[in-house]
Amino acid sequence: MIEIINLSRSFGDNKVLQNLNLTVNSGEVMVIIGRSGCGKSVLLKHIIGLLKPDFGQIIIEGEDVTKMEDKELDQLRLSFGMLFQGAALFDSMTVCENVGFALKEHTDMPEYQIREKVARALELVGLKGIESLMPVELSGGMKKRVGLARAICNNPKIVLYDEPTTGVDPIMADAINELIIDLNHKLKVTSIVVTHDMVSAYKIADRIAMLYNGKIVEVGPVDDIRNTEDPLVRQFITGASKGPITEN
Amino acid sequence: MQNIITRLGQKSLNFFIYIGGVFNLLVGTFFQVFIPPFRRKELFVQMYRVGVLSLPIVFLVSLFTGMVLALQSAYQLTKMNAQIYISSLVALSMVRELGPVLTALVVAGRVGASITAELGTMKVTEQIDALGTLAVNPVKYLVVPRFLALCIMLPLLTVYADFIGIVGGYLIGVYKLLIGSTIYVKMTFDPLEFKDVFTGLFKSFVFAAIICIVSCYEGFRTEGGAEGVGKATTFSVVTSFILIIAADCLFTALFYFVFP
Repeated sequence: MIEIINLSRSFGDNKVLQNLNLTVNSGEVMVIIGRSGCGKSVLLKHIIGLLKPDFGQIIIEGEDVTKMEDKELDQLRLSFGMLFQGAALFDSMTVCENVGFALKEHTDMPEYQIREKVARALELVGLKGIESLMPVELSGGMKKRVGLARAICNNPKIVLYDEPTTGVDPIMADAINELIIDLNHKLKVTSIVVTHDMVSAYKIADRIAMLYNGKIVEVGPVDDIRNTEDPLVRQFITGASKGPITEN
Repeated sequence: MQNIITRLGQKSLNFFIYIGGVFNLLVGTFFQVFIPPFRRKELFVQMYRVGVLSLPIVFLVSLFTGMVLALQSAYQLTKMNAQIYISSLVALSMVRELGPVLTALVVAGRVGASITAELGTMKVTEQIDALGTLAVNPVKYLVVPRFLALCIMLPLLTVYADFIGIVGGYLIGVYKLLIGSTIYVKMTFDPLEFKDVFTGLFKSFVFAAIICIVSCYEGFRTEGGAEGVGKATTFSVVTSFILIIAADCLFTALFYFVFP
Protein backbone atom coordinates (compact mmCIF):
# COMPACT_ATOMS: atom_id res chain seq x y z
CA MET A 1 0.00 0.00 0.00
CA ILE A 2 1.17 3.53 -0.78
CA GLU A 3 0.04 6.34 1.50
CA ILE A 4 0.72 9.95 0.57
CA ILE A 5 0.17 12.24 3.53
CA ASN A 6 0.08 16.06 3.40
CA LEU A 7 2.61 16.18 0.58
CA SER A 8 3.68 19.73 -0.32
CA ARG A 9 6.25 20.97 -2.79
CA SER A 10 6.97 24.39 -4.28
CA PHE A 11 9.28 25.46 -7.08
CA GLY A 12 10.10 29.09 -6.33
CA ASP A 13 6.75 30.83 -5.80
CA ASN A 14 4.87 28.10 -7.64
CA LYS A 15 3.14 25.81 -5.13
CA VAL A 16 2.81 22.63 -7.19
CA LEU A 17 1.62 20.25 -4.47
CA GLN A 18 -0.25 21.51 -1.40
CA ASN A 19 -1.12 19.11 1.41
CA LEU A 20 -1.89 16.32 -1.02
CA ASN A 21 -3.36 13.14 0.46
CA LEU A 22 -3.92 9.88 -1.42
CA THR A 23 -3.89 6.16 -0.68
CA VAL A 24 -3.17 3.55 -3.34
CA ASN A 25 -4.07 -0.05 -2.47
CA SER A 26 -1.85 -2.97 -3.38
CA GLY A 27 -2.63 -4.51 -6.74
CA GLU A 28 -4.92 -1.75 -7.98
CA VAL A 29 -4.58 0.55 -10.99
CA MET A 30 -4.86 4.11 -9.69
CA VAL A 31 -5.21 6.71 -12.43
CA ILE A 32 -4.39 10.29 -11.52
CA ILE A 33 -5.98 12.79 -13.90
CA GLY A 34 -5.43 16.52 -14.13
CA ARG A 35 -4.49 19.27 -16.50
CA SER A 36 -1.06 19.45 -18.13
CA GLY A 37 1.44 21.04 -15.79
CA CYS A 38 -0.70 20.54 -12.67
CA GLY A 39 1.99 18.50 -10.92
CA LYS A 40 1.11 14.92 -11.85
CA SER A 41 4.65 14.04 -12.98
CA VAL A 42 6.08 15.85 -9.94
CA LEU A 43 3.92 13.62 -7.75
CA LEU A 44 5.26 10.48 -9.47
CA LYS A 45 8.85 11.67 -9.04
CA HIS A 46 8.18 12.16 -5.32
CA ILE A 47 6.79 8.63 -4.99
CA ILE A 48 9.96 7.12 -6.46
CA GLY A 49 12.18 9.48 -4.44
CA LEU A 50 13.64 11.47 -7.35
CA LEU A 51 12.32 14.65 -5.72
CA LYS A 52 12.14 15.49 -2.03
CA PRO A 53 9.02 17.26 -0.71
CA ASP A 54 9.07 20.50 1.30
CA PHE A 55 7.05 18.56 3.85
CA GLY A 56 4.74 15.57 4.03
CA GLN A 57 5.22 11.82 3.93
CA ILE A 58 5.04 8.99 1.41
CA ILE A 59 4.68 5.65 3.16
CA ILE A 60 5.34 2.57 1.04
CA GLU A 61 4.91 -0.77 2.82
CA GLY A 62 5.35 0.98 6.17
CA GLU A 63 8.50 2.94 5.25
CA ASP A 64 8.69 6.69 4.67
CA VAL A 65 10.32 7.34 1.30
CA THR A 66 10.95 11.00 2.08
CA LYS A 67 13.25 10.11 5.00
CA MET A 68 15.27 7.44 3.20
CA GLU A 69 19.03 7.65 2.58
CA ASP A 70 20.34 7.07 -0.95
CA LYS A 71 21.15 3.39 -0.30
CA GLU A 72 17.69 2.61 1.08
CA LEU A 73 16.13 4.51 -1.81
CA ASP A 74 18.09 2.46 -4.33
CA GLN A 75 16.89 -0.74 -2.63
CA LEU A 76 13.31 0.50 -2.82
CA ARG A 77 13.67 1.55 -6.45
CA LEU A 78 14.57 -2.00 -7.41
CA SER A 79 10.97 -2.90 -6.61
CA PHE A 80 9.73 -0.06 -8.84
CA GLY A 81 9.36 0.34 -12.58
CA MET A 82 8.75 3.68 -14.21
CA LEU A 83 7.63 4.52 -17.72
CA PHE A 84 8.53 8.10 -18.63
CA GLN A 85 6.44 10.40 -20.80
CA GLY A 86 9.06 10.39 -23.57
CA ALA A 87 10.17 6.82 -22.72
CA ALA A 88 13.64 8.17 -21.67
CA LEU A 89 15.51 5.34 -23.36
CA PHE A 90 19.30 5.63 -23.14
CA ASP A 91 20.10 6.61 -26.70
CA SER A 92 23.69 5.37 -26.60
CA MET A 93 22.49 1.81 -25.94
CA THR A 94 20.63 -0.81 -27.96
CA VAL A 95 17.08 -1.87 -27.06
CA CYS A 96 18.52 -4.99 -25.39
CA GLU A 97 20.96 -3.00 -23.25
CA ASN A 98 18.18 -0.57 -22.32
CA VAL A 99 15.71 -3.24 -21.25
CA GLY A 100 18.32 -5.34 -19.42
CA PHE A 101 20.01 -2.33 -17.79
CA ALA A 102 18.77 -2.90 -14.22
CA LEU A 103 19.54 -6.62 -14.37
CA LYS A 104 23.08 -5.97 -15.58
CA GLU A 105 23.68 -3.30 -12.94
CA HIS A 106 22.15 -5.02 -9.93
CA THR A 107 22.39 -8.77 -10.42
CA ASP A 108 25.13 -11.30 -11.17
CA MET A 109 22.96 -12.83 -13.85
CA PRO A 110 25.00 -14.17 -16.79
CA GLU A 111 24.62 -12.42 -20.14
CA TYR A 112 22.54 -15.20 -21.76
CA GLN A 113 20.01 -15.13 -18.90
CA ILE A 114 19.68 -11.35 -19.19
CA ARG A 115 19.08 -11.78 -22.93
CA GLU A 116 16.36 -14.35 -22.22
CA LYS A 117 14.66 -12.03 -19.73
CA VAL A 118 14.90 -9.11 -22.14
CA ALA A 119 13.38 -11.22 -24.92
CA ARG A 120 10.51 -12.21 -22.61
CA ALA A 121 9.87 -8.58 -21.56
CA LEU A 122 9.90 -7.47 -25.20
CA GLU A 123 7.53 -10.27 -26.13
CA LEU A 124 5.18 -9.15 -23.36
CA VAL A 125 5.00 -5.66 -24.90
CA GLY A 126 4.58 -7.11 -28.40
CA LEU A 127 8.00 -6.23 -29.78
CA LYS A 128 9.75 -9.53 -30.43
CA GLY A 129 13.18 -9.54 -32.06
CA ILE A 130 14.11 -5.86 -31.96
CA GLU A 131 16.92 -6.27 -29.39
CA SER A 132 19.69 -4.99 -31.62
CA LEU A 133 17.94 -1.79 -32.76
CA MET A 134 18.95 1.62 -31.40
CA PRO A 135 16.28 3.90 -29.84
CA VAL A 136 16.65 6.37 -32.71
CA GLU A 137 15.39 3.67 -35.11
CA LEU A 138 12.10 3.23 -33.19
CA SER A 139 8.77 5.01 -33.65
CA GLY A 140 7.18 6.92 -30.74
CA GLY A 141 4.85 4.04 -29.86
CA MET A 142 7.64 1.49 -30.02
CA LYS A 143 9.81 3.64 -27.75
CA LYS A 144 7.02 3.74 -25.16
CA ARG A 145 6.65 -0.01 -25.31
CA VAL A 146 10.42 -0.55 -24.98
CA GLY A 147 10.31 1.89 -22.03
CA LEU A 148 7.58 -0.28 -20.56
CA ALA A 149 9.62 -3.45 -21.16
CA ARG A 150 12.53 -1.78 -19.30
CA ALA A 151 10.18 -0.86 -16.44
CA ILE A 152 8.90 -4.43 -16.01
CA CYS A 153 12.06 -6.42 -16.79
CA ASN A 154 13.12 -6.37 -13.13
CA ASN A 155 9.77 -7.85 -11.95
CA PRO A 156 8.68 -4.73 -10.06
CA LYS A 157 5.94 -4.64 -7.46
CA ILE A 158 4.90 -1.09 -8.31
CA VAL A 159 4.87 0.45 -11.79
CA LEU A 160 4.51 4.19 -12.37
CA TYR A 161 3.31 5.36 -15.77
CA ASP A 162 3.79 9.00 -16.79
CA GLU A 163 1.29 9.74 -19.57
CA PRO A 164 1.65 6.35 -21.28
CA THR A 165 -0.70 7.19 -24.17
CA THR A 166 0.37 10.77 -24.90
CA GLY A 167 1.85 11.28 -28.35
CA VAL A 168 0.86 7.93 -29.81
CA ASP A 169 -1.94 7.20 -32.28
CA PRO A 170 -5.33 5.97 -30.90
CA ILE A 171 -4.75 2.37 -31.95
CA MET A 172 -1.32 2.29 -30.31
CA ALA A 173 -2.82 4.07 -27.28
CA ASP A 174 -5.39 1.29 -26.94
CA ALA A 175 -2.66 -1.33 -27.33
CA ILE A 176 -0.74 0.34 -24.48
CA ASN A 177 -3.92 0.41 -22.37
CA GLU A 178 -4.43 -3.31 -22.96
CA LEU A 179 -0.81 -3.85 -22.03
CA ILE A 180 -1.18 -2.02 -18.72
CA ILE A 181 -4.29 -4.05 -17.83
CA ASP A 182 -2.57 -7.24 -18.92
CA LEU A 183 0.56 -6.53 -16.88
CA ASN A 184 -1.56 -5.75 -13.87
CA HIS A 185 -3.32 -9.09 -14.14
CA LYS A 186 -0.26 -11.17 -15.09
CA LEU A 187 2.33 -9.64 -12.77
CA LYS A 188 -0.06 -8.52 -9.99
CA VAL A 189 1.64 -5.15 -9.73
CA THR A 190 0.33 -1.96 -8.20
CA SER A 191 0.07 0.65 -10.95
CA ILE A 192 -0.11 4.42 -10.71
CA VAL A 193 -0.92 6.01 -14.04
CA VAL A 194 -0.77 9.73 -14.62
CA THR A 195 -2.73 10.88 -17.66
CA HIS A 196 -5.14 13.43 -19.09
CA ASP A 197 -6.48 10.95 -21.61
CA MET A 198 -9.97 10.10 -20.27
CA VAL A 199 -10.54 7.21 -22.69
CA SER A 200 -7.44 5.56 -21.30
CA ALA A 201 -8.38 6.44 -17.70
CA TYR A 202 -11.85 4.86 -17.96
CA LYS A 203 -10.45 1.75 -19.59
CA ILE A 204 -7.58 0.90 -17.24
CA ALA A 205 -8.49 2.38 -13.85
CA ASP A 206 -9.73 0.62 -10.75
CA ARG A 207 -9.96 4.05 -9.15
CA ILE A 208 -9.46 7.57 -10.50
CA ALA A 209 -8.15 10.57 -8.55
CA MET A 210 -8.29 14.12 -9.85
CA LEU A 211 -5.43 16.50 -9.06
CA TYR A 212 -6.22 20.20 -9.14
CA ASN A 213 -4.37 23.13 -7.59
CA GLY A 214 -1.93 20.80 -5.84
CA LYS A 215 -4.64 18.73 -4.13
CA ILE A 216 -6.64 15.61 -4.84
CA VAL A 217 -10.16 17.03 -5.28
CA GLU A 218 -11.95 13.72 -5.79
CA VAL A 219 -11.06 10.05 -5.73
CA GLY A 220 -13.25 7.06 -6.42
CA PRO A 221 -14.09 4.09 -8.64
CA VAL A 222 -14.50 4.74 -12.36
CA ASP A 223 -18.32 4.87 -12.29
CA ASP A 224 -18.37 7.31 -9.36
CA ILE A 225 -16.05 9.65 -11.25
CA ARG A 226 -18.02 9.26 -14.47
CA ASN A 227 -21.25 10.26 -12.66
CA THR A 228 -19.74 12.84 -10.35
CA GLU A 229 -21.64 16.00 -9.40
CA ASP A 230 -18.42 17.90 -8.61
CA PRO A 231 -18.29 20.76 -11.17
CA LEU A 232 -14.46 20.73 -11.33
CA VAL A 233 -14.22 17.03 -12.12
CA ARG A 234 -17.25 17.21 -14.46
CA GLN A 235 -15.62 19.98 -16.48
CA PHE A 236 -12.38 18.02 -16.80
CA ILE A 237 -13.87 14.65 -17.73
CA THR A 238 -16.25 16.18 -20.26
CA GLY A 239 -13.51 18.40 -21.66
CA ALA A 240 -15.57 21.61 -21.40
CA SER A 241 -13.68 24.86 -21.90
CA LYS A 242 -16.14 26.79 -19.68
CA GLY A 243 -16.44 26.02 -15.99
CA PRO A 244 -14.73 26.49 -12.64
CA ILE A 245 -11.30 25.42 -13.96
CA THR A 246 -9.58 28.56 -15.11
CA GLU A 247 -6.47 29.07 -17.23
CA ASN A 248 -4.25 29.33 -14.18
CA MET B 1 17.04 51.64 -5.52
CA GLN B 2 15.33 48.81 -3.65
CA ASN B 3 14.95 47.04 -6.98
CA ILE B 4 18.69 47.25 -7.64
CA ILE B 5 19.53 45.89 -4.19
CA THR B 6 17.03 43.04 -4.63
CA ARG B 7 18.54 42.11 -7.99
CA LEU B 8 22.06 42.36 -6.59
CA GLY B 9 21.04 40.09 -3.72
CA GLN B 10 19.43 37.62 -6.11
CA LYS B 11 22.53 37.55 -8.33
CA SER B 12 24.84 37.01 -5.34
CA LEU B 13 22.58 34.26 -4.06
CA ASN B 14 22.59 32.54 -7.48
CA PHE B 15 26.39 32.83 -7.55
CA PHE B 16 26.76 31.13 -4.17
CA ILE B 17 24.21 28.46 -5.12
CA TYR B 18 26.29 27.79 -8.26
CA ILE B 19 29.57 27.58 -6.34
CA GLY B 20 27.92 25.33 -3.74
CA GLY B 21 26.52 23.07 -6.46
CA VAL B 22 29.87 22.75 -8.25
CA PHE B 23 31.69 22.05 -4.98
CA ASN B 24 29.06 19.51 -3.97
CA LEU B 25 29.47 17.67 -7.29
CA LEU B 26 33.27 17.73 -6.92
CA VAL B 27 33.10 16.18 -3.43
CA GLY B 28 30.47 13.66 -4.56
CA THR B 29 32.65 12.66 -7.51
CA PHE B 30 35.79 12.22 -5.36
CA PHE B 31 33.75 10.07 -3.01
CA GLN B 32 32.28 7.93 -5.79
CA VAL B 33 35.69 7.33 -7.43
CA PHE B 34 36.59 4.89 -4.64
CA ILE B 35 33.27 3.06 -4.44
CA PRO B 36 32.82 -0.09 -6.56
CA PRO B 37 31.71 -1.06 -9.16
CA PHE B 38 34.59 0.34 -11.23
CA ARG B 39 33.49 0.79 -14.82
CA ARG B 40 36.71 0.03 -16.66
CA LYS B 41 35.12 -0.29 -20.09
CA GLU B 42 33.37 3.08 -19.83
CA LEU B 43 36.63 4.63 -18.55
CA PHE B 44 38.51 3.42 -21.64
CA VAL B 45 35.76 4.70 -23.93
CA GLN B 46 35.99 8.13 -22.29
CA MET B 47 39.81 8.10 -22.35
CA TYR B 48 39.64 7.46 -26.08
CA ARG B 49 37.14 10.27 -26.61
CA VAL B 50 38.98 12.75 -24.38
CA GLY B 51 42.55 11.87 -25.22
CA VAL B 52 43.03 10.04 -28.50
CA LEU B 53 40.48 12.06 -30.44
CA SER B 54 42.03 15.31 -29.17
CA LEU B 55 45.49 14.43 -30.48
CA PRO B 56 45.14 16.08 -33.93
CA ILE B 57 43.86 19.44 -32.67
CA VAL B 58 46.38 19.53 -29.80
CA PHE B 59 49.10 18.71 -32.34
CA LEU B 60 48.15 21.62 -34.60
CA VAL B 61 47.66 24.17 -31.81
CA SER B 62 50.92 23.37 -30.05
CA LEU B 63 52.99 23.05 -33.23
CA PHE B 64 51.88 26.50 -34.41
CA THR B 65 52.29 27.96 -30.93
CA GLY B 66 55.86 26.65 -30.75
CA MET B 67 56.63 28.11 -34.17
CA VAL B 68 55.07 31.48 -33.33
CA LEU B 69 56.92 31.61 -30.01
CA ALA B 70 60.24 31.01 -31.79
CA LEU B 71 59.53 33.69 -34.39
CA GLN B 72 58.28 36.27 -31.89
CA SER B 73 61.23 35.76 -29.55
CA ALA B 74 63.63 35.90 -32.50
CA TYR B 75 62.24 39.34 -33.29
CA GLN B 76 63.58 40.60 -29.94
CA LEU B 77 66.53 38.33 -29.30
CA THR B 78 68.28 38.85 -32.67
CA LYS B 79 68.49 42.55 -31.83
CA MET B 80 70.56 41.58 -28.79
CA ASN B 81 72.38 38.85 -30.68
CA ALA B 82 70.95 36.26 -28.30
CA GLN B 83 69.16 33.91 -30.71
CA ILE B 84 70.74 31.02 -28.89
CA TYR B 85 68.21 31.51 -26.08
CA ILE B 86 65.22 31.09 -28.38
CA SER B 87 65.14 27.35 -27.72
CA SER B 88 65.22 27.80 -23.92
CA LEU B 89 62.46 30.39 -24.12
CA VAL B 90 60.26 28.13 -26.25
CA ALA B 91 60.86 25.10 -24.02
CA LEU B 92 60.23 26.89 -20.72
CA SER B 93 57.18 28.76 -22.03
CA MET B 94 55.65 25.58 -23.43
CA VAL B 95 56.34 23.36 -20.42
CA ARG B 96 55.51 25.84 -17.67
CA GLU B 97 52.63 27.74 -19.21
CA LEU B 98 51.42 27.33 -22.78
CA GLY B 99 51.39 23.54 -22.94
CA PRO B 100 49.05 23.07 -19.95
CA VAL B 101 46.88 26.16 -20.59
CA LEU B 102 46.41 25.84 -24.34
CA THR B 103 45.74 22.10 -24.08
CA ALA B 104 43.20 22.71 -21.32
CA LEU B 105 41.45 25.41 -23.37
CA VAL B 106 41.34 23.19 -26.46
CA VAL B 107 39.99 20.25 -24.43
CA ALA B 108 37.46 22.50 -22.64
CA GLY B 109 36.18 23.62 -26.04
CA ARG B 110 36.14 20.17 -27.60
CA VAL B 111 35.41 17.76 -24.76
CA GLY B 112 33.77 20.02 -22.15
CA ALA B 113 31.21 21.23 -24.68
CA SER B 114 30.42 17.69 -25.77
CA ILE B 115 30.03 16.49 -22.16
CA THR B 116 27.58 19.31 -21.37
CA ALA B 117 25.63 18.75 -24.58
CA GLU B 118 25.41 14.99 -23.98
CA LEU B 119 24.45 15.21 -20.30
CA GLY B 120 22.15 18.19 -20.98
CA THR B 121 20.28 16.23 -23.64
CA MET B 122 20.04 13.28 -21.25
CA LYS B 123 18.65 15.62 -18.60
CA VAL B 124 15.96 17.21 -20.77
CA THR B 125 14.88 13.83 -22.17
CA GLU B 126 14.62 12.47 -18.58
CA GLN B 127 17.36 9.88 -19.14
CA ILE B 128 19.13 11.04 -15.97
CA ASP B 129 15.90 10.60 -13.99
CA ALA B 130 15.56 7.18 -15.62
CA LEU B 131 19.02 6.22 -14.31
CA GLY B 132 17.83 7.22 -10.84
CA THR B 133 14.67 5.12 -11.10
CA LEU B 134 16.83 2.14 -12.11
CA ALA B 135 18.77 2.63 -8.85
CA VAL B 136 21.95 3.82 -10.58
CA ASN B 137 23.71 6.90 -9.22
CA PRO B 138 24.10 9.37 -12.14
CA VAL B 139 27.30 10.83 -10.63
CA LYS B 140 28.86 7.38 -10.37
CA TYR B 141 27.66 6.31 -13.81
CA LEU B 142 28.21 9.47 -15.82
CA VAL B 143 30.63 11.80 -14.01
CA VAL B 144 33.22 9.43 -12.52
CA PRO B 145 34.42 7.85 -15.83
CA ARG B 146 34.66 11.30 -17.45
CA PHE B 147 36.45 12.72 -14.41
CA LEU B 148 39.05 9.94 -14.32
CA ALA B 149 39.49 10.02 -18.10
CA LEU B 150 40.15 13.77 -18.05
CA CYS B 151 42.48 13.57 -15.03
CA ILE B 152 44.53 10.87 -16.76
CA MET B 153 44.43 12.12 -20.34
CA LEU B 154 44.83 15.88 -19.91
CA PRO B 155 48.31 15.62 -18.27
CA LEU B 156 49.31 13.13 -20.99
CA LEU B 157 48.02 15.47 -23.69
CA THR B 158 49.98 18.26 -22.00
CA VAL B 159 53.24 16.27 -22.22
CA TYR B 160 52.43 15.65 -25.88
CA ALA B 161 51.68 19.36 -26.43
CA ASP B 162 54.95 20.37 -24.70
CA PHE B 163 56.90 18.06 -27.00
CA ILE B 164 55.13 19.16 -30.20
CA GLY B 165 55.54 22.84 -29.23
CA ILE B 166 59.26 22.30 -28.76
CA VAL B 167 59.38 20.56 -32.16
CA GLY B 168 57.61 23.59 -33.69
CA GLY B 169 60.20 25.91 -32.17
CA TYR B 170 62.98 23.59 -33.40
CA LEU B 171 61.68 23.73 -36.99
CA ILE B 172 61.79 27.53 -37.00
CA GLY B 173 65.01 27.80 -34.98
CA VAL B 174 67.00 25.31 -37.01
CA TYR B 175 65.60 25.70 -40.53
CA LYS B 176 64.61 29.37 -40.58
CA LEU B 177 66.83 31.08 -38.02
CA LEU B 178 69.74 28.72 -38.79
CA ILE B 179 70.67 27.84 -35.23
CA GLY B 180 72.69 24.61 -35.06
CA SER B 181 70.58 21.54 -34.36
CA THR B 182 72.77 20.18 -31.53
CA ILE B 183 73.02 23.50 -29.73
CA TYR B 184 69.28 24.07 -30.15
CA VAL B 185 68.47 20.72 -28.51
CA LYS B 186 71.05 21.28 -25.76
CA MET B 187 69.67 24.76 -25.00
CA THR B 188 66.15 23.32 -24.95
CA PHE B 189 66.81 20.72 -22.26
CA ASP B 190 69.56 22.40 -20.21
CA PRO B 191 67.37 24.98 -18.46
CA LEU B 192 64.45 22.57 -17.93
CA GLU B 193 64.15 21.35 -14.37
CA PHE B 194 61.86 18.83 -12.73
CA LYS B 195 59.84 21.60 -11.07
CA ASP B 196 59.02 23.11 -14.48
CA VAL B 197 57.51 19.87 -15.71
CA PHE B 198 55.85 19.13 -12.37
CA THR B 199 54.14 22.52 -12.00
CA GLY B 200 52.87 22.31 -15.59
CA LEU B 201 51.45 18.84 -15.06
CA PHE B 202 49.98 19.76 -11.68
CA LYS B 203 48.14 22.64 -13.30
CA SER B 204 46.84 20.41 -16.07
CA PHE B 205 45.46 18.04 -13.44
CA VAL B 206 43.58 20.94 -11.80
CA PHE B 207 42.32 22.08 -15.22
CA ALA B 208 41.03 18.55 -15.90
CA ALA B 209 38.98 18.63 -12.70
CA ILE B 210 37.62 22.10 -13.59
CA ILE B 211 36.60 21.06 -17.12
CA CYS B 212 34.89 17.87 -15.96
CA ILE B 213 33.02 19.24 -12.97
CA VAL B 214 31.85 22.46 -14.68
CA SER B 215 30.69 20.68 -17.83
CA CYS B 216 28.93 17.88 -15.92
CA TYR B 217 27.31 20.34 -13.51
CA GLU B 218 26.02 22.44 -16.40
CA GLY B 219 24.73 19.28 -18.09
CA PHE B 220 22.89 18.17 -14.94
CA ARG B 221 21.14 21.51 -14.46
CA THR B 222 20.09 21.95 -18.09
CA GLU B 223 16.44 22.83 -18.56
CA GLY B 224 14.16 23.66 -21.44
CA GLY B 225 14.87 21.48 -24.47
CA ALA B 226 17.25 22.19 -27.34
CA GLU B 227 17.60 25.88 -26.50
CA GLY B 228 18.50 24.99 -22.92
CA VAL B 229 21.16 22.53 -24.11
CA GLY B 230 22.67 25.24 -26.35
CA LYS B 231 22.74 27.78 -23.52
CA ALA B 232 24.20 25.28 -21.04
CA THR B 233 26.94 24.31 -23.49
CA THR B 234 27.94 27.92 -24.13
CA PHE B 235 27.88 28.70 -20.41
CA SER B 236 29.91 25.61 -19.62
CA VAL B 237 32.69 26.47 -22.11
CA VAL B 238 32.83 30.13 -21.04
CA THR B 239 32.91 29.22 -17.33
CA SER B 240 35.60 26.57 -17.90
CA PHE B 241 37.75 29.08 -19.85
CA ILE B 242 37.49 31.71 -17.11
CA LEU B 243 38.17 29.22 -14.32
CA ILE B 244 41.14 27.71 -16.19
CA ILE B 245 42.75 31.13 -16.63
CA ALA B 246 41.96 32.11 -13.03
CA ALA B 247 43.34 28.83 -11.66
CA ASP B 248 46.40 29.24 -13.88
CA CYS B 249 47.03 32.69 -12.41
CA LEU B 250 46.56 31.41 -8.88
CA PHE B 251 48.83 28.37 -9.23
CA THR B 252 51.51 30.21 -11.20
CA ALA B 253 51.69 32.79 -8.41
CA LEU B 254 51.70 30.03 -5.79
CA PHE B 255 54.49 28.06 -7.49
CA TYR B 256 56.46 31.26 -8.04
CA PHE B 257 56.73 31.62 -4.28
CA VAL B 258 56.86 27.91 -3.34
CA PHE B 259 59.50 26.96 -5.95
CA PRO B 260 61.34 30.24 -6.53
